[in-house]
Amino acid sequence: MTGPILQTVGLSIRFGGVEAVRGVNLCLGERELRCLIGPNGAGKSTLFKLLTGQLQPTAGRILFHGADITGHHTHAIARRGIGIKTQVPNLFDGLTVREHFWLSARRTNPRPRADAITDEILERVGLGAVADGVVGRLSHGLRQWVELGTVLAGNPELILLDEPAAGMTHDEVARTAELVREINRTHPLIVVEHDMQFVRMIARTVTVMHRGAVLVEDTMDQILKNSTVRDIYLGKHGGS
Amino acid sequence: MIAVALGAPLVVDQFQLLQLTVFASMCILALSLGVVWGYAGILCFGQSAFFGLGAYTYAVTALNLGESTLAIVLAILLPSVFAALLGYFMFYGRLSDVYVGVITLSVTLIFFNLMNSTAGDAYRIGVARLNGFNGMPSLPTFNVPGNPGRLLDPTETFYLVMALLLIVYVGLHAMLASHFGRVVVAVRENETRCELLGYDVRRHKLLIFTLGGAIAGLAGSLFANWGAFVSPNVFSLTTTSQIIIWVIVGGLGTLVGPIIGCVVMQYLATELGTQQLANTSLIFGIIFLAFVLLVPRGIVPSLGVVRARLSAGRARSTA
Repeated sequence: MTGPILQTVGLSIRFGGVEAVRGVNLCLGERELRCLIGPNGAGKSTLFKLLTGQLQPTAGRILFHGADITGHHTHAIARRGIGIKTQVPNLFDGLTVREHFWLSARRTNPRPRADAITDEILERVGLGAVADGVVGRLSHGLRQWVELGTVLAGNPELILLDEPAAGMTHDEVARTAELVREINRTHPLIVVEHDMQFVRMIARTVTVMHRGAVLVEDTMDQILKNSTVRDIYLGKHGGS
Repeated sequence: MIAVALGAPLVVDQFQLLQLTVFASMCILALSLGVVWGYAGILCFGQSAFFGLGAYTYAVTALNLGESTLAIVLAILLPSVFAALLGYFMFYGRLSDVYVGVITLSVTLIFFNLMNSTAGDAYRIGVARLNGFNGMPSLPTFNVPGNPGRLLDPTETFYLVMALLLIVYVGLHAMLASHFGRVVVAVRENETRCELLGYDVRRHKLLIFTLGGAIAGLAGSLFANWGAFVSPNVFSLTTTSQIIIWVIVGGLGTLVGPIIGCVVMQYLATELGTQQLANTSLIFGIIFLAFVLLVPRGIVPSLGVVRARLSAGRARSTA
């Protein structure tokens, strides 16, 4: 097998006196589905912003397929094959669902192929009924799927999902979990999520972050038994 | 539009034909901002800079060469190069929208002051005296390409300007339907998402801004030809705010809107100017305020909403 698809080495970012991400070493294998959990302010979303070039690290390196992409522009990183669904959906509110998927697919595909991919993704994420609706008027749950579908239409090599189940009903959460498992058959993913039920549905390896650093990395079962993890989620900052 | 283009010379007198010619030239200018602001979301407060640059380029070149074809080409090229340079610093420097507005406005006002202070013999390019605030009179008008002795008469000029307006309109339509055009609209909607999908936002903004500069330059050469005259007023605050009012009144995010806004406002300006009932600038200011407060989407998009409501109401009553 080939080496890890994504690796970070001592990745850190400092905002004034606060080190939001501290020396994170992450290693993601091909086809892996990694869940990233941790309390608010643990640095999960900031880590995603570093990985996609929306923020520049103050120390450390990011390797994608072994190549150093630290400091590259956001669009250049996206072109290399990292797709992201952000925490607060970044969408084109005035455009239709169809146009979202098409714009994403069209960057690397000729027009007829982009049209075909658009129909395919509409079916896959189940948004055919609202395909020609303006995205700004959709409910929060549907918007999440629009962004997920937009990422999928670009067929990136690695997919980052930041809270893909936030604001969803129970049924929608289950549907999203199913979708994530299905995507994982062909793509490696990193998923940040607060909803532990959702994490339990999809997780294999879980990385727990706390105060900017990786606290522990283990299987879901072990994580659930881990007393330190339980403490930080309950708000006790018991010594380590 | 085509009907007006073909039919007008048969039914109107020469004065009205000249009027229509300048309206059509200004419509091209309105389209240039309509696409830069309405579709790419770049509020360029100094579209008149490129318009004026086009007008002066035409004036200087036509006076020196005594021939108009190359002058028109240069009047498109020079403003686009200038727009590309200015755009490069603004977009690759990642300036926010407000600063883009401030800088473009400053640029046109700098040109206004600069051209105003070029009175006297010292300020000449070749045989062309710039004449400061007095402007440059007696410019050679359009001739048949390659035949400087054969000038276009008013009817021919009208046909030419209408044809150019049609080409610009159709060309912009095609551009907006293309992949590039769709991305430009996406950039207006959400720059971050564009970047995350792998599109270079800076490059798309730069290209559309440059295209806007080119079209405004073309409009400038048509305007200079129309009056055979150009003065620093092409760079003035009045000119640049007028373009914005046309687009606001007509409607952002459409191509028909800026054309309608431009024709309506110019017709109004002419009527007010001849009747001397009230100060034109004052009326324009009131109209501008009224639109911003009451019809912020402009005439064309609001008509679309009304039509949608009417048809929805009809569907309900028949159901």
